[in-house]
Formats: sequence, C-alpha cells, structure tokens
Amino acid sequence: MPYQPIKFYQTGSFVVGNRLLDQNERSVQSDTERLNSLTSGHRACQGCGEALGARYALDAVAKATGGRMIAANATGCLEVFSTPFPETSWRIPWIHSLFGNAPAVATGIAAAMHAKGRDDIRVVGQGGDGGTIDIGFGCLSGMFERNDDVLYICYDNEAYMNTGVQRSGATPPAARTATTQAVGPNPGNVFGQGKDMPRIAMAHEIPYVATATVAELRDLEAKVERAMSFRGARYIHVFVPCPLGWGSSSNDTIKLARLVKETGLFPVFEAEHGEVTAVSKIRRRIPVEEYLRPQRRYAHLFGEHGHPETIERIQALADRNIARYALLDDLPDSLKPPGSAVGRQVRWQSEDLSEQTSAMAILTETTGAH
Amino acid sequence: MPNKPFAITLNVGSSLANKTGSWRTERPVYVDRLPPCNNACPAGENIQGWLYQGEEGGDGYYRAWHQIMLDNPFPAIMGRVCYHPCETVCNRAQLDTAVGINSVERFLGDEAIKQGWTIEPDAPPSGKKVLIIGAGPSGLSAAYHLTMLGHKVTIADSGRAPGGMMRYGIPKYRLPRDVLDAEIARILDMGVTLGLNRTVRNVADEMAAGGFDAAFLAVGAHIGRRAYIPAGEAAHILDAVSVLRSMEGEQKPLLGRSVAVVGGGNTAMDVARTAKRLGATDAVVVYRRTRDRMPAHDFEVEEAIEEGVEMRWLSTVKHADAGKLLIEKMVMDEAGFPQPTGDFEELEADSLVLAMGQDADLALLDGVPGIEADDGVVKVNQAMMTGHPGIFAGGDMVPDDRTVTVGIGHGKKAARNIDAWLRDSRYEPGHKHEVAHYDKLNTWYYADAPATVRPTLDIARRTSTFEEVVGGLDETNALYEARRCLSCGNCFECDNCYGVCPDNAVVKLGAGNRFEFNYDYCKGCGICVQECPCGAIEMEPETI
Ligand SMILES: Cc1cc2nc3c(=O)[nH]c(=O)nc-3n(C[C@H](O)[C@H](O)[C@H](O)COP(=O)(O)OP(=O)(O)OC[C@H]3O[C@@H](n4cnc5c(N)ncnc54)[C@H](O)[C@@H]3O)c2cc1C
Ligand SMILES: Cc1ncc(C[n+]2csc(CCOP(=O)(O)OP(=O)(O)O)c2C)c(N)n1
Ligand code: SF4
Ligand code: SF4
Ligand SMILES: [Mg+2]
Repeated sequence: MPYQPIKFYQTGSFVVGNRLLDQNERSVQSDTERLNSLTSGHRACQGCGEALGARYALDAVAKATGGRMIAANATGCLEVFSTPFPETSWRIPWIHSLFGNAPAVATGIAAAMHAKGRDDIRVVGQGGDGGTIDIGFGCLSGMFERNDDVLYICYDNEAYMNTGVQRSGATPPAARTATTQAVGPNPGNVFGQGKDMPRIAMAHEIPYVATATVAELRDLEAKVERAMSFRGARYIHVFVPCPLGWGSSSNDTIKLARLVKETGLFPVFEAEHGEVTAVSKIRRRIPVEEYLRPQRRYAHLFGEHGHPETIERIQALADRNIARYALLDDLPDSLKPPGSAVGRQVRWQSEDLSEQTSAMAILTETTGAH
Repeated sequence: MPNKPFAITLNVGSSLANKTGSWRTERPVYVDRLPPCNNACPAGENIQGWLYQGEEGGDGYYRAWHQIMLDNPFPAIMGRVCYHPCETVCNRAQLDTAVGINSVERFLGDEAIKQGWTIEPDAPPSGKKVLIIGAGPSGLSAAYHLTMLGHKVTIADSGRAPGGMMRYGIPKYRLPRDVLDAEIARILDMGVTLGLNRTVRNVADEMAAGGFDAAFLAVGAHIGRRAYIPAGEAAHILDAVSVLRSMEGEQKPLLGRSVAVVGGGNTAMDVARTAKRLGATDAVVVYRRTRDRMPAHDFEVEEAIEEGVEMRWLSTVKHADAGKLLIEKMVMDEAGFPQPTGDFEELEADSLVLAMGQDADLALLDGVPGIEADDGVVKVNQAMMTGHPGIFAGGDMVPDDRTVTVGIGHGKKAARNIDAWLRDSRYEPGHKHEVAHYDKLNTWYYADAPATVRPTLDIARRTSTFEEVVGGLDETNALYEARRCLSCGNCFECDNCYGVCPDNAVVKLGAGNRFEFNYDYCKGCGICVQECPCGAIEMEPETI
C-alpha cells in the first residue's frame, strides 16, 4: 500500500472519497471533474472489472500528466467494447493496431514524441492478459529490455474473454475455460503452467513494477502516480474480475477482487529496479474457498463430486505467496523471504489503535481539527 | 466523402449515443433507512444526524448540538444519566465496540454550557396557555417543546428547586448540579413561568383558576414502597427516596457506620454508594435473587462493587433490630423464584434502607372525570392524553419504563399532541423507514477503531467525595468517537457508488446533495449496492 492511509474517518481511506478530507487528499475518482477517460455507452458486460480498471488507471494517468497522454491498446474486450466503428468511448488520444503489438506501437509513439521534442506527452500501452502475457509477450519484453519510456498496463481477467473465454498464460489452475473444460480426473486448467508476468517484468529490472486490484482504488491510483514519476519502462498488472468469463454475479466484481487479495492468491506489491519495495498486507485473512466458491468457473471443485484436494493445492499456492511476499504481519522473520524489503507498507493489523495519542496525532494532522 | 481521411467513411461518434440503460432488468435506487440507534432512542433523537454534524468538528459541534435540541433539551444531562439504549443496538458493536454516543452527547452538552449556546423559539405566539404540573425531566421537556411551538407555559412544582428525580434522586456524583441547573435555566430563560413550592391538589381547579387551555401532568413516582419487615422498636428503617432527597437539604441523612440496603435496582445502588460517601464503613446490598436478575444496570453494580459496596445475593431481611439484621438465605427454584432455605445469619447494620420501587401520588386527579388509573399509574392514549380531554400525562406516572429519557420522550410527544389538540388538528408522526440492520452494511470499508474509554475517577477519590465519577471526552477524542459512526442506512457521501460504477452512471451532485443515477447508461450490474458501506442503495426490479 504505497499511500498513507487516513484513519478514523469512519471509513479511513478504504472508500473512494471522504467528505472530511482536503480536496487534494481525495482520490481522482471522487472528483466531479475526473476525466472519465472511458466514458458511458461502452459495450462491456454488466459489472465488467476491466472497464472499471481502465477508467481508474487512465484517469489517474490523465491527472498525473495533465491530460498529455496517448494510449495504445491491444485487441481484446477493452478495445472491442469501447470502439465499435464509428463510435468511441475514449476521451483520450487512443490507438488500436493488433492483438500482439501494443507494446511495440507504444514504443513507436514514445519514440515519435521524443523525436518531435514532445517528451511531455506520456505514453501508455495496455491490453488484456492474453495480449500482454501470451501474444504480446515478445514485444513487451523488448520494450522492457530497451527501457522505452512507456507505462504498460495489463488488465488481467485470467483468460481470452473477448473470443469466448479461452485459457491464457494467466489462467489459474483448476479454472474452467472453454479450452480447459471441467472434465476428467483433473478438471479445469492444469497446475504448474502459466506465467507470473509481474515477476517476469521485475526480472527485466525496469524502474517500476506494481500489482493492484480494482478493489483498492486508492492503492491503484497511488501506483499509477508513482509509475508516472519515473521515465523508462514501467509495468502495472491490475486484477480485473470478469463476470461473464468467471461465472460470477455482476455485482460481485469488486468483492472478488477484494477476496483474492485477502486469500493471498494475488499478491499486491510494488517493486523498483527488480526489488520488492512494498507489499499490501492482508487485512482479514480468508481461506481460498471463500474466493473460489462464488465463481462458476470453480463450481466443479465443490459439492458432492467436488475436489477438496484441489482446493488444498490452491490454498498451498496462496500460502506460498503469503510467505514469499510476507503478506501477513505476524509472519516470523525466519519465514520472510530474504531480500524482500517491505518498505512503505502500512501496518493495519499490528498497529495498536488503542494507543490514543499516536492515533489522535494522525487524526488532527489530517483534519487540522482544533 | 472527399474531405475524410483515407479509408474513413463515417464521422467519429461517441459511445454516449449508445444508451446501455436498456440492458437493465433491475435498477439501483437510493434509500434512507432508519439507523438502529435512532430507532432505540426514547427521546427520538436523530443520533446519526448529529454525529454526522459532529464529525466535522469546529462549527459542526454547534450544528450537532442544535440537532439534538430539536428533540431533547438536555444533552449534558443525557450524557450522564441516560442508560443509552442506542449503544446497546449500535451496529458498530458487531464490528468492534459500539459508538460512544452517550459520551459524545455529553461533550456536546458541556460544550453548549461552556459556550453559552441558546435556542430562540421562533414560532408565532399561539395565544394558548398550558399548565404543566411537575418540573421533572418530563414536565420540563414538555415545557420546552410547547414553548418552541409558540404556547405560553406555566409549571407548578412542589419542590424547592426544579428537576424532580434528577435533583432529588440521582446523586451528584453522577449528575453534578451545576450541569442540571444550566440546562434547566436555558429552558426557563425561554420564557417559561415556574412556580416552586406549589403543590397542586386538584388539576381541574388549577386549570380553571388559571384559565389554561390544556394541562400536562408529570408528577413522577415519589412514594417509596414499604415492605413489611418485622422489626424491633429501635430498628432504624428508612426509604431510599427520602434518603436521597435529604441529600439535597441542609440536614444530611444519619445512616451510621454500617448500612444495609434492600433491593436490586439502580436506586439501591445509588443509596449504597451514597452511604459509602457519607462515611459508612460497610454498605451492604441485600437482594433476594441472583446478580443476573438484578434490575440495576451492570455498570452501576460494577461501579458500586469497585467502590467497596458489598453484595448479598439470594438473601432477605427476616427481622430488623437496633444495630443488626437477621438475614435468611434463599435458593432459586426451578421456575426461577427465590425460595427460603431456613438458613439464617446475622448482619450488623445501624440502619436499613428500603429501595423497593416507588409509587405515584395521584391524589391531584381525584374526582376529575374520565381519568383512569391502573396499577397506580394513569392511562394515556397514543397521543399521551388521559381520559379527560385536554389533560395529558407522561413520565413515571404513566405505564412505561421509568427513566429520565423516557420521560423526556413523553414530554416531547405530549407537546406535539397538545399543540395539535390546541389547533384542532391531529399530530401525525413521520413515516418510519425500515431499520438498517447490520446485514445491510458492507463493513469492509470501515476502518478499525475501538471506542474511547471515558476516564473514571480513581476509586480512592470517589468513595470519599461527591465529585463526578465518570469524566468526559476532550475535543480530539470526541471527534474521533463521532467519526466511528457507520452512518447506518443513510448516505454519508463516501463517493463509493460514484467511483465503482463501470459505466459512469452515477452522478455526483456535490457536497450535501448526494448522488443520482443516470439510468440512460446504468446497466444494472448492482456493484454500487454491494459496495455501499452503509446500505443506502437498493435494487428494484425494472418495470417493463
Ligand atoms: C435514585 C434514582 C436514580 C435514578 N437514576 C436514573 C438514571 O441514572 N437514569 C435515568 O434515566 N433515570 C434514573 N432514574 C429514574 C428517573 O429519575 C425518573 O424516571 C424520572 O425522573 C421521571 O421523570 P418525571 O418527570 O416523570 O418525574 P420526576 O422526575 O419524579 O418529577 C416529578 C416532579 O413533580 C413534582 N410534583 C409531584 N407531585 C406534585 C404536585 N402534586 N404538584 C406539583 N408538583 C408535583 C415533584 O416535585 C417533581 O419535581 C432514577 C430514579 C431514582 C429514584
Ligand atoms: C493475431 C490474433 N489472434 C487472435 C485474435 C482474436 N482475439 C481477439 S481478442 C482475443 C483475446 C483477448 O484476450 P485478452 O488479451 O486476455 O483480453 P480480454 O478480452 O480477456 O480482455 C483474441 C484471441 C486476434 N485478434 N489477433
Ligand atoms: S467478457 Fe469480461 S472482460 Fe469482456 S466485457 Fe464482459 S466482463 Fe468485461
Ligand atoms: S454506527 Fe452510528 S448510525 Fe449505526 S447504530 Fe451506531 S451510532 Fe447509530
Ligand atoms: Mg483476458
């Protein structure tokens, strides 16, 4: 959590806005003047996490750049639902070329801007997990390797949604997709395959890598802002539930994003130049089951013919993340991974909130109440 | 199409042309639900409303205080003696601990006294005169509300000073008299006439003599119940109400070094704690049943024990003599009634105080046609009116819980009904919303923040003096405490719905004006409903 949470306003900084906060401390999304880079009338499904994530991220980029930005988009839902010719939902300069070349297109734009002496115009590349992790992988790795001045944002809904929910390199184990049916002794996607893109990005030692979810807006916005403070290649990986592909209720989109983080299955962290610099602690730990159960893509794991052993294997993945990123506060030092500097984190759990004096100090600091 | 770029055939359009609202089968709507605290307040305070104002600090405190005053003219008193049923049902209790509503109310009440805040009645004079009998909380509350409504009020009270049981019952270590005086003075200063040492013998005569258009009776219940206890000639037996009343006179009651109190209610605790403060080495409460059956509130029993009051549960007084009592041990039978065991023991006691409840003295109603009394209390209808048109009653003398706050609530309700009656109309209370129970909230969004504990005087000081036992909050922790409120059931403008809509279909109307849906684009996904922390949005089926 790279931002300083505000405490004791009923909701702290968990919510989008807060009437008691100073204007400049409020989230971009709480502003009536926010850009709405992706405007109404787009054709994303009801409750689409990708549509939400894109608006969150790009509005924050627009805020950070004063609107001087261009986005290059890979093929995928985000592109298809936003731009059925001749209508567009984009209120920013935006270009679509191919499924696999968004990072390369972004690189080209950045080079062109540089050539024109317009380094003030910042470039964003974006796409789904398929476009990013699978078909666009080579272009993206090249962009990282050259340290091109592009922020690349991947909206990870864990499959190729636009073409009918096929498996991608980001599809989690056991999940049912059109190409990993829930049949046979090990139904759903296999264990042990796929790519951990944030870690691959870190391996390129680019200036900035972060993960985020649509459930934590303040965190996401702070990461975008942080990313924009660097020049060079930056990567943000946003977890975006997809009601259609996951078989979840349209109203559960944010809830699922919240739950996945609380299980540990999706670690939320930041890294600079290849080192983890901050992690978001789990606030109220839950078993993976609570996250899996509301999604029909995992329905085969439950019920009479369920697969409890598979759920255990998924739990083990969550536990591994928890240990690897020190996602729990009470983790003994011996279990903390070497070199994982947990820097600008905020300790919700361990902080003794009954210590009135320090809490009060924060309170008065943020309100100026006297 | 000569003027279009290569391969372009149509003008660029916006997706705003695509009204995705047509996809919807259900629509979100904003609702207001009744917060459990408001629902539980016997004086009908809009607690959430004033906490909301208080959260802003600064000028917000005045607005918060003013909001309380719309329903209850005694915030500083409430903050000390109200048993706060609001906190018992506060949703925050299920999250960590209840919001310290009562302590914030006290802070606001004290702030008002400190700053000299007042209320100006602004209703035009109605030309009607109302007689109030009894200057206890109920009578004073009615006087305040009737004055606010433009009526001329005269109160008659038999006491030497106003306040009723707030002065002659509740000990000062729980309710300092300067606080009581300040809040009563504020009401009297609004133009209420108060006649002290004026015992009304007959209501009808009094009304006729003064040319009153209506009357509100709030004479309380002051006659200590006696129980038959076989006693020797020299036994020193008193009743609790008289003991507490004499605390207000020049002559403090003489109780001796060891005092026994019979009863298990709050009055028993107050007498025993008073005895301790008057110098008794032993103050023993003798009660027939077990602790969990005691009608006294837990915190009062707790505080009494902390101060060294001894409890004898499952005990009755069989015989009283000079200097000693004979106590019989009891057992609870299967039906939960205490039964004698035949086991006796002696207890040293210079005096025996009976705290077994009070009855109302209804002599002033003798011969007034239409009045019905049952079980020693006067019957009233929904409008707080007795069987005699124009005579209303409330407080301890009518059937309800006997607390200061209930009395205040009666006074307010009676005032509104008297007002309607004087204007030949009917008082229609506002429609009650559905209660915002815990399951309507999305508590994820609330920051973890346990309640502030009010400072308690150290034990040594409080058993020897009549200084106030429970301290108040200071500015910072009062603000903090107010901000712990979850705003159950009513939008507090956290902007969540505005933020989480994937279709930008929520319109933010600006500070204080909440939000509205743009149904042209709302697809009905329902995320806003799920993510609203306080349960202020609901899905409704779309009518097609
Ligand atoms: C020891 C004790 C402690 C208590 N502690 C609490 C507490 O902590 N919290 C709480 O909520 N409640 C408490 N109560 C209960 C509470 O005090 C009463 O419920 C409340 O005061 C009732 O208000 P009232 O206006 O009906 O009557 P009262 O307060 O009894 O006032 C009645 C007034 O009418 C006057 N009067 C009576 N007859 C006549 C007449 N014929 N003519 C003119 N005037 C007359 C009396 O002088 C008196 O001033 C306590 C009660 C006792 C006895
Ligand atoms: C080269 C190429 N292969 C296949 C496709 C078809 N295609 C379009 S979108 C898409 C999947 C997109 O998946 P992802 O990138 O995860 O985005 P999502 O739709 O899930 O947001 C595919 C396979 C294509 N457009 N181009
Ligand atoms: S399929 Fe999934 S990602 Fe695509 S628009 Fe629908 S919800 Fe969004
Ligand atoms: S949290 Fe606030 S609104 Fe809810 S019951 Fe408690 S005081 Fe009332
Ligand atoms: Mg995808």
